Amino acid sequence: MIRNAENPLRDPRDRRLPRIAGPCSLVIFGVTGDLSRKKLMPAVYDLANRGLLPPGFSLVGFARRDWVDEDFAQIVHDAVKEHARTPFREEVWRQLAEGFRFVPGEFDDDRAFEKLRETIDELDEMRGTGGNFAFYLSIPPRFFADVLGQLKEHELATPSGASWRRVVVEKPFGSNLSTARHLNDVLSEVFPPEAVFRIDHYLGKETVQNILAFRFANAMFEPFWNAHYVDHVQITMAEDIGIGGRAGYYDGIGAARDVIQNHLLQLMALISMEEPVSFDARSLRIEKQKILSAVQLPERLDLHTARGQYAAGWQGGVKVGGYLDENDIPSDSRTETYAALRLDIDNRRWAGVPFYLRTGKRLGRRVTEVAVVFKPAPHLPFSETATEGLGQNAMVMRIQPDEGVTLRFGAKVPGTAMELRDVNMDFAYGGAFVESSPEAYERLILDVLLGDPPLFPQHEEVEASWRILDPVIEHWAKSGRPEAYPAGTWGPASADEMLARDGRVWRRP
Amino acid sequence: MNVDLTDTNASKIASALVRARRAAGSPAMGMVLTLIVVTDDENCDEAMRAAAAVTTEHPARILGVLRQSARGRSRLDAEVKIGNNTAGEAVLLRMSGELIRHAESVVLPLLLPDSPVVVWWPNDAPDDVASDPLGNLGQRRITDSANTTRSAKTALRTQAKHYVAGNTDLAWTRLTPWRALLAAALDQHPVTVTSAEVEGERGSPSADLMAAWLQSRLRIRVMQRSTSGPGLTCVRLLTRHGDIAISRPSGHIATFTIPGEADRPVALKRREIAELIAEELRRLDEDEVFARTIKAYVKRVATAKTAKSGKR
Repeated sequence: MIRNAENPLRDPRDRRLPRIAGPCSLVIFGVTGDLSRKKLMPAVYDLANRGLLPPGFSLVGFARRDWVDEDFAQIVHDAVKEHARTPFREEVWRQLAEGFRFVPGEFDDDRAFEKLRETIDELDEMRGTGGNFAFYLSIPPRFFADVLGQLKEHELATPSGASWRRVVVEKPFGSNLSTARHLNDVLSEVFPPEAVFRIDHYLGKETVQNILAFRFANAMFEPFWNAHYVDHVQITMAEDIGIGGRAGYYDGIGAARDVIQNHLLQLMALISMEEPVSFDARSLRIEKQKILSAVQLPERLDLHTARGQYAAGWQGGVKVGGYLDENDIPSDSRTETYAALRLDIDNRRWAGVPFYLRTGKRLGRRVTEVAVVFKPAPHLPFSETATEGLGQNAMVMRIQPDEGVTLRFGAKVPGTAMELRDVNMDFAYGGAFVESSPEAYERLILDVLLGDPPLFPQHEEVEASWRILDPVIEHWAKSGRPEAYPAGTWGPASADEMLARDGRVWRRP
Repeated sequence: MNVDLTDTNASKIASALVRARRAAGSPAMGMVLTLIVVTDDENCDEAMRAAAAVTTEHPARILGVLRQSARGRSRLDAEVKIGNNTAGEAVLLRMSGELIRHAESVVLPLLLPDSPVVVWWPNDAPDDVASDPLGNLGQRRITDSANTTRSAKTALRTQAKHYVAGNTDLAWTRLTPWRALLAAALDQHPVTVTSAEVEGERGSPSADLMAAWLQSRLRIRVMQRSTSGPGLTCVRLLTRHGDIAISRPSGHIATFTIPGEADRPVALKRREIAELIAEELRRLDEDEVFARTIKAYVKRVATAKTAKSGKR
């Protein structure tokens, strides 16, 4: 990409000028899927609406549909109207729609890929996309090998001259260490590592990026960000929905692989890592890798992990079925829909501070947060009756919804007696602020087009997280069925027992 | 909720704000800055609406300063608004009598503690905004040369003459999408620009600033031509390989021309005031590029004058 110092109209001090991607286009495989319609297409439109896509930007869809370009444009139009974040503007739409192309075909169809190649050449010529293409594989991983093989065979993966070709993949990045390695082999056979962009949409969220700002832009929090003051950390990602229509994907994968391996371990790394020397991709990766390689599993996995499967129950006033009642789920499925585990980090900063990670479906409410819980004050110069209502101080980063930071500390209850109780101090990003802040996918797609990789996990991190998780999943596979928990509650009893063993309790988020 | 206070003072307004926040159930403040809007009867509603829209991106305390008749005894009425779909709070301060010459005495106690202050004149602004008692309270002062009762040219010249760090003008903000496109064009085609042409509505301060910016960045001759508008209508960079041009005769959709390629439509809508203010509030330190552009503008004005008097 040309982002040269020689462009006389650019000045590093000119921070009004947005980063606009250079000439390029995006090719989406599996363009008829849910993700593509609900997230990718609207994100592309929102980027165009914010003026961040280059003139001539083109979007190519590839799928098994008997469509022409206009049919495709209609699908994108409907998806954008329904899901885009920014208002629909006809002139933006017209500008964008001129660059839509559709290539029908199967993933093993040579003629279709030949057509794709022609389409790409035509776009280069007609719209000046400069030979720069990002291939977004929004398809099940079992098709990756086919598509990548075709891209290679039809010389679509190799850039010529100064142009670039990139590939974007979504989680899951394998289902254990060996499949992750296999996937990486398939990718690296066709694309060099710097051209592979793994999307973990959590890392594109403003609030996740704010963890870095919070920790490294402030002087105030660093002194107590260590084992001297922190008692333990709880990282929670709870969903109130069930698996919906994702049975085919979810069954056999389960909560740990679906969420802990990527989102929660990444969150944990951002919370616990040392300060990177800079915010470029390499420095960030070094710190994240360091922390992931220092993670220790508990010796007794039976005592310090928990899993569950939701049973029928009442969820927020609605009667819902259990996991085994969902469509296409075998009645003897042992897939967990709730997973919790304790991890320790063996380094100077965190020795002796357990990190508790939990995630689940059909829990009390939808919430993602990181709670850093502090040790009690060494001495309380109050009578015992005065401090009965006093708990541990906590700092909570609310990732979603209601993004913000909560500080929990003790205060005096107004009155003549000295009585102390916990209060919350809230910082909210502001109800409406969130609405106008970009969607994670907007940021990530733009970063792919700009070739800016800091927010994308690298293969080494993926491997490191599977190394942490594999023994847990193997242990579970050997130990019978997950424990049932009623839908709409905060998980199975074994999860509470797991914390009780350490003398702690889960926060109710 | 809305609270009307008549014949009041700053400390009563401050406690009304606290009471209203408590009543809304959320005594914590997430506001990041104070925005002072200096306006008049005619433009007050529109300006306050735009300011409220901005709070969705920048939760702020908005203080509208509305100076009414200088006659009669000093009097201050206030309208306090909290909630109502805005992420902040707004107070409209109606002043009359001798008080209108001491508006800063009302505003000063109402500034949010220890956070940035921005002063915005949606229409007419004082000549030297930085030494104006209200402007002096802010680290950022926003004027709008295109929306004053005097001629836009005079307004921009006056602002340029008194420019100090922290001043900014919406005529400059309006250029951002144009500048972004032009920079992107040169990213794509790193060619040497030999000269440039800027066309805009007669007296459009944005066209003047665009010409000054191009001149200061590219160090080339920039011609200006008047059209019937609206606003800026065309920027053309002349190169040996042909012209790079963005032309927007309609105010909505523009045509982007690059040598050797077919013309392309690009969306380049004229933006609402609220969007412009939101852009301004994203950076609160000095805009160095604007400073250089203003300098180049002053030089252009001087050269044009000499050329004219030379002709005579």
